[in-house]
Amino acid sequence: MKRVAVVGVGQTRFRTRRDDKTHPELTREAVSRALDHAGISMEDVDAFVFGTMDPFDGINCPDRWSSTAAGFGKPFMKISTGGTTGLTTGIAAYQHVASGMFDVVVAVCTQRVGENVDAQPVLNTAVDPIYEGHSGVGAISVAAIQATAHMQRFGTTEEQMAWVSVKDHESALKNPYAHIRKRLSVEDVLSSPVISSPLKLYECCPRSDGSVAIVFASEERAKEIRDNPAWILAESSISDSYFVGDRPDLAVWDSLSIAGRRLYRLAGVDDPKRDIDVAELYSPFTIQEILELEALGFAEKGEGARLAEEGVTFADGDMPTNPSGGVLCTNPIGATGLVRLGEASLQVMGEASNQVDGAEVALAHAWGERCSSTP
Amino acid sequence: MVLKIEAKWEIPYVHSAGEHATRFFEALKEKRILGVRCPRCGRVLVPPRAFCERCYVDTDEWVEVKDEGVIETLTINYARFTGLPEPPYAVGIVKLDGADTGMLAYLGGVDLSDWKKAHERLKIGTRVRAVWKDEPEGRITDILYFKPVEE
Repeated sequence: MKRVAVVGVGQTRFRTRRDDKTHPELTREAVSRALDHAGISMEDVDAFVFGTMDPFDGINCPDRWSSTAAGFGKPFMKISTGGTTGLTTGIAAYQHVASGMFDVVVAVCTQRVGENVDAQPVLNTAVDPIYEGHSGVGAISVAAIQATAHMQRFGTTEEQMAWVSVKDHESALKNPYAHIRKRLSVEDVLSSPVISSPLKLYECCPRSDGSVAIVFASEERAKEIRDNPAWILAESSISDSYFVGDRPDLAVWDSLSIAGRRLYRLAGVDDPKRDIDVAELYSPFTIQEILELEALGFAEKGEGARLAEEGVTFADGDMPTNPSGGVLCTNPIGATGLVRLGEASLQVMGEASNQVDGAEVALAHAWGERCSSTP
Repeated sequence: MVLKIEAKWEIPYVHSAGEHATRFFEALKEKRILGVRCPRCGRVLVPPRAFCERCYVDTDEWVEVKDEGVIETLTINYARFTGLPEPPYAVGIVKLDGADTGMLAYLGGVDLSDWKKAHERLKIGTRVRAVWKDEPEGRITDILYFKPVEE
């Protein structure tokens, strides 16, 4: 395996709708910005990896449309793995370079959830049609049953979950690309309508239009391109039971714990709390940040709920989590995981919009169809 | 302003339930719930499937489980979404007596207008029993919902 670094990150401004641009035009906006950030041109790119979830865009194989904006005539691979699509795309691009097959590879993810008049029919088709399709369960319900389990098992409170939302919304105010930029209080969160008990509206992510691109480079090329590349230390991913009822305990995220331990072993991380300076986690619902912090070793089981409330996970706290504002403020679904990796990379480069002082090691995570992590 | 073009996906499918689920659905017609036991780890999987994903072995020992069990966790949906039931409705994971996995199911027989009171009534560990459709037709919806067992 060769050493690989992120040398450029480009994002579009995320919005409910980006009516000013078509799918390939959005892709081009992100790719151009990533190439500009790296200070290279299209001629320098050896291959592209493209991620999106087709049904949200309403176009079968939108990558075919967007591929002209992602390197006409170049090697091209499309990735689609549900909510993890973005990070799986980043991992695939990383592996393209780590394998030695290519020197400069761009990962780009474009998603237009805003053009999907109601995303629920798409989410409905993500459920097993034999046993579970009738059950009215979508992504929110799965998070909500995790929340119910965590509250009863560990005594986690509604206020503690609300603090996660307050923290992310405060951070998003500093991120010019964030979709939702508005200050919220705990009271605002608690008094918003209950969507899927115990989760309220402001504990749930929005749906966003936008695109993100990341340039990966081999060691030699990375050193030529910039003096502050973000080196990829390791990646890890894992699959989990399809049926939620097969998981022995919904108050803990076992598969993520296993993926995290594998990742830390590969990356030489002994103590994540000490060795990792900032985390960008895929938490579309407040409770999930809590479960993820516990699963990834940033808190003991049942202790994750206190972190936002006590200020630990704020950008200026001891374990800054989602200083970009996270998924609660920006969620272009199939691109969201790559936004996590882009923001984590910018933190390590020292160029993030809500920069954590002295950040040297960052972790990016996504879950969805499969569970992925990268520091 | 830019022009907007309307589009729609309407794509019919017919899914195969496979032989295992077909047998499960047949038993529902008699208000019986079947699972399968994994020959390696011994877990009883409900609803049944043709292989144990953890052990990666075929499952062919059929087991009947009770239509009673306990709630493992739940949520009550209050928002209206296209293609989902009319809110409010409660969904939970129920571990039936004799099963080692939980089954996703509707919960009912309880006033859902106040979610906190309903969560108290349906809290984790509550014993529940299936309320069946009068004339089951071999569909998952033959189990209308699970309601608390009055002690």
